Amino acid sequence: MDLLSVALPALNDAAALILQPTVLGYLVLGVVMGLCIGVFPGLGGIAGLSLLLPFMFGMEPVYGLALMIGMVAVVPTSDTFASVLMGIPGSSASQATVLDGFPMAKKGEAARALSAAFASSLFGGLVGAAFLTVFILVARPIVLEFRTPELLMITIFGLSMVGILAGRVALKGIAAAGLGMMIGTTGEGDSAGELRMATYDMPYLVDGLKLVIVGLGIFAIPEIIALLRQDRAIADRKPLGGGWATGVRDWFANIWLSVRCSIIGVVVGVIPGLGGSVVDWIAYGHAVQTTPDKSRFGSGEVRGVIGPESSNNAKEGGGLVPTLLFGIPGSGSMAIFIGAVALLGSGSIEVGPSMLKNNLDITYAIVWLLALANVVGTLLCIAASGGIARLTTVPFSLLAPFLFMIIAFAAFQSGQDIWDLVALFAIGLLGILMRRFDWSRPAFLIGFVLSNPAETYANQAVQIAQSRFRKGFAEGIDYVFSPIVLVLIVITVVSAVVGLRQAKTIMAEGAVESGRKRAPVAFLLLVLGYLLVAFVNASLIPDYASADRVFPRFVSGVAIVACLVLLVRMMRADETSPLFADREAGETMRHGLWSTLAWFAGLLALTALVGFVLALGVFLLAFIRFRAGRGWGFAALYTAAGIAFICAMAGLLNRDFPAGLLQDVVKLPWPLG
Amino acid sequence: MTFTALARRTATALLATAAFAFAAPQAHAGGHTMDMSGKTVEWIIPFSETGGSAKWANFYAPLLSEALPGQPTVVVKFMPGAGSTKGANWFQGEKFEDSEGTVIFGSSGSTQFPYLLGDPRVRYEYDDWNVVLASGTGGVAYLPPDLAAEMDGLDATPLQDTDFIYGSQGATRLDLVPLLAWEMLGLNVEPVFGIKGRGDGRLMFERGEANIDYQTSSSYLKGVTPLVEAGTAVPMMSWGALDADGDIVRDPTFPDMPTFKEVCDATPGCETSGERWDAWKAFFVAGFPAQKMVFLPAGASDAAIATYTEAFEAVKARDDFAEISSGRLGKYPQMTGDEAAGALSSATSVPQEAKDFVTGWLMDRYGVSLK
Repeated sequence: MDLLSVALPALNDAAALILQPTVLGYLVLGVVMGLCIGVFPGLGGIAGLSLLLPFMFGMEPVYGLALMIGMVAVVPTSDTFASVLMGIPGSSASQATVLDGFPMAKKGEAARALSAAFASSLFGGLVGAAFLTVFILVARPIVLEFRTPELLMITIFGLSMVGILAGRVALKGIAAAGLGMMIGTTGEGDSAGELRMATYDMPYLVDGLKLVIVGLGIFAIPEIIALLRQDRAIADRKPLGGGWATGVRDWFANIWLSVRCSIIGVVVGVIPGLGGSVVDWIAYGHAVQTTPDKSRFGSGEVRGVIGPESSNNAKEGGGLVPTLLFGIPGSGSMAIFIGAVALLGSGSIEVGPSMLKNNLDITYAIVWLLALANVVGTLLCIAASGGIARLTTVPFSLLAPFLFMIIAFAAFQSGQDIWDLVALFAIGLLGILMRRFDWSRPAFLIGFVLSNPAETYANQAVQIAQSRFRKGFAEGIDYVFSPIVLVLIVITVVSAVVGLRQAKTIMAEGAVESGRKRAPVAFLLLVLGYLLVAFVNASLIPDYASADRVFPRFVSGVAIVACLVLLVRMMRADETSPLFADREAGETMRHGLWSTLAWFAGLLALTALVGFVLALGVFLLAFIRFRAGRGWGFAALYTAAGIAFICAMAGLLNRDFPAGLLQDVVKLPWPLG
Repeated sequence: MTFTALARRTATALLATAAFAFAAPQAHAGGHTMDMSGKTVEWIIPFSETGGSAKWANFYAPLLSEALPGQPTVVVKFMPGAGSTKGANWFQGEKFEDSEGTVIFGSSGSTQFPYLLGDPRVRYEYDDWNVVLASGTGGVAYLPPDLAAEMDGLDATPLQDTDFIYGSQGATRLDLVPLLAWEMLGLNVEPVFGIKGRGDGRLMFERGEANIDYQTSSSYLKGVTPLVEAGTAVPMMSWGALDADGDIVRDPTFPDMPTFKEVCDATPGCETSGERWDAWKAFFVAGFPAQKMVFLPAGASDAAIATYTEAFEAVKARDDFAEISSGRLGKYPQMTGDEAAGALSSATSVPQEAKDFVTGWLMDRYGVSLK
């Protein structure tokens, strides 16, 4: 009954919501931006969504959703270009596509590989959307029963997924998630307003760090810095060739493989935290297992393209399940998505049970948008493949300053404080080190996002339960151990155990070689040091405010134990152990870390002196001239275009730029002041 | 739903523009006002884009733009942080000469309370600023039907042995007013802290985890009235409104609802005089009847104050003002001129005894120290 009376009208409303020219316009805009982001190797949904965040403030909800869904849905389609044409994964979700896609391109069958990939992507995306529709229908009545203990339990379930993300060394994942949660507790406690790792002398920290800053710092900055350091030569791109129709026929001939891999994608996507980084490998493994003649895999077997590409689009639909239903991020990009939805409109929408209850039309609009974005994205990819393929040849040293500019601007919008940039830089440095030593960054981000819900739900559930127990033991037990809670406990335990077992075979961010002992140990000691300080800091919170003390002390305690065990294991292991993973040992870099980072630090320092726009002028000019090695004329043109772009954006959004010391002394007109 | 709202808003805005173009020439014929044509007014809101202050400022901004001489662009800028003290501290540092009336500030109850309670982060001084508009609101407390039925008429005594749970944003915020009121009635209310907005408190009530709650008027109309109609919530009392003499009377938006004063009078353990009552009333007055105010910075010229006052008066005088404001602001006084100044002084000049009582009570009851 509920299905017919509530869901069908909502589906209808949702269709009416999105079938408007403006909404479709935003969707296409999002798709185009997603195409551009996805094409560049290394940049995926997280970086893309982070860049969209400043636009989300106060935007009409449906427009913002169209923009974001358009981008998220198309990244796994467009990242195929880099994978096939250059042999570099366009994003973490298409690592497996490289294995057979790139050899096909080398054989002159790039177009065939791409069209097979696009057909699979489209199909997978639609399967994901269909699954999401059905799942919301079925799960909605259950989710609406959720009270605080259930919400707490689902949060814990989300955290338990960290185990599977941890990669080869589970303890590192636990420590990374603990660190993320501790960073998330910075500032005023929600319960009693006590400060954690902050002082009133630094008002910036009192409010805690914003998701935009952490998301950009942990994911976008390390990737950009790494790409900038590699400074890949652009000559090794393969021509497209012909055979578009062959690719589609290939896909149709293997449709059942595509169906199975789409389902794999959806299921893996549903599991919080697992998301993009592993789904393509699982699908690839499945494609290999189910092919009688395995000899051609690795040298251009089209099934090796169809499998991963079907699954990596389908996983976006699956990943939206925990995100929309519980507000638990299914992946790193979904964590940013949750933060962005909160900015839309005037805060009337919040993903999670309340959205299913009050905004069912919006919920279904997201599903429709997802399906539509997949179709639009595929069509665009095919129609404009020649042009898009050329994008892969843009040298990264020309792209990076532009990205830095937007990232700094986006970060500044979160608090309109010069400290936003300092925090971005600090978190970026942490992200770079975590990437280098193979500490799971998704685990960190999920810890950060879930830190606040975990703490408040725990405090609230305890308080309400105490009141129930005072009324009667049975009533208290009823409240705490409802059937849903019990089921969730079982699921959590099973998934944690299975996850930890499986984690060793899953390389979420690709294999990392081990290096010398000293650097990884130093980083571990650094993390341990911070955790110890945070632990002591939390312990100093007085008794009357104990609600603000329990959670940070518990979390830092667990993370400290994990770090100590790790330290002991490190002392006993030899240098080849995966404990000492160090990307510096494996990747060849053309530029040093510190010299690359110095560019960004220079932008920051100059901004503090002369304000953002003037600093940007100097930064862009110098970067293009000296780092990218272009002529002065080109550099001047680039700088002018960049500044014009950022000013137009700020003017459109009616935003200010960070001011420096200069602006304190002299009053300058906008945008300089 | 959002789209019909948008369409309606656009339509009203268009109509209003048309109407105003007609009325404009004689509206500011006086020579003592500033011409603001071609300028951009920045309206600083010290909260994020998602709160009640944002809705309030977004409602007024286009109307203000039309009403100011020369129709300057009015943009709302958000400067969230430290529960609004960051933005207020920033505004304290603004000099009128630098902006010539193009920077205005919108404060809220959450800006007033830390100021009154001596929060160490407060570096602003209301006396330095120049108020040009004060908007009031009200609040309603409500109960589940079974508990509401236990009340003996207006006497709340039978509720005194119930364990109440209340989803709260923090004892030093506006929640201070309901928490103190319930305590005066002898109710045993345990606040569960950590909710992000009053909407979360209502959801907790709807899930049956909280069994007492309050909402400001506009949220009550939108979120709780459907529950009352469905029989899952019953209004307990409103906080009331102030009459011209400064006495608490029934809230014009909820004329059928008893006020807290009436309930307190009818409950033997509660007194409408003395230290506690004075403290409650002082903080109610600070938090509700003049909850949101618009200020010009320190040192504003008389011409600027007159310009803005006249502009807000022109907004209030619009034929359609009652219609467009009732849905978005509720039926509350929108005060300008002397009225606004009076509202400001009653909202910010709380007697020292009341402050001392509340700071002591916060320390004893919740262990909250603002030092």
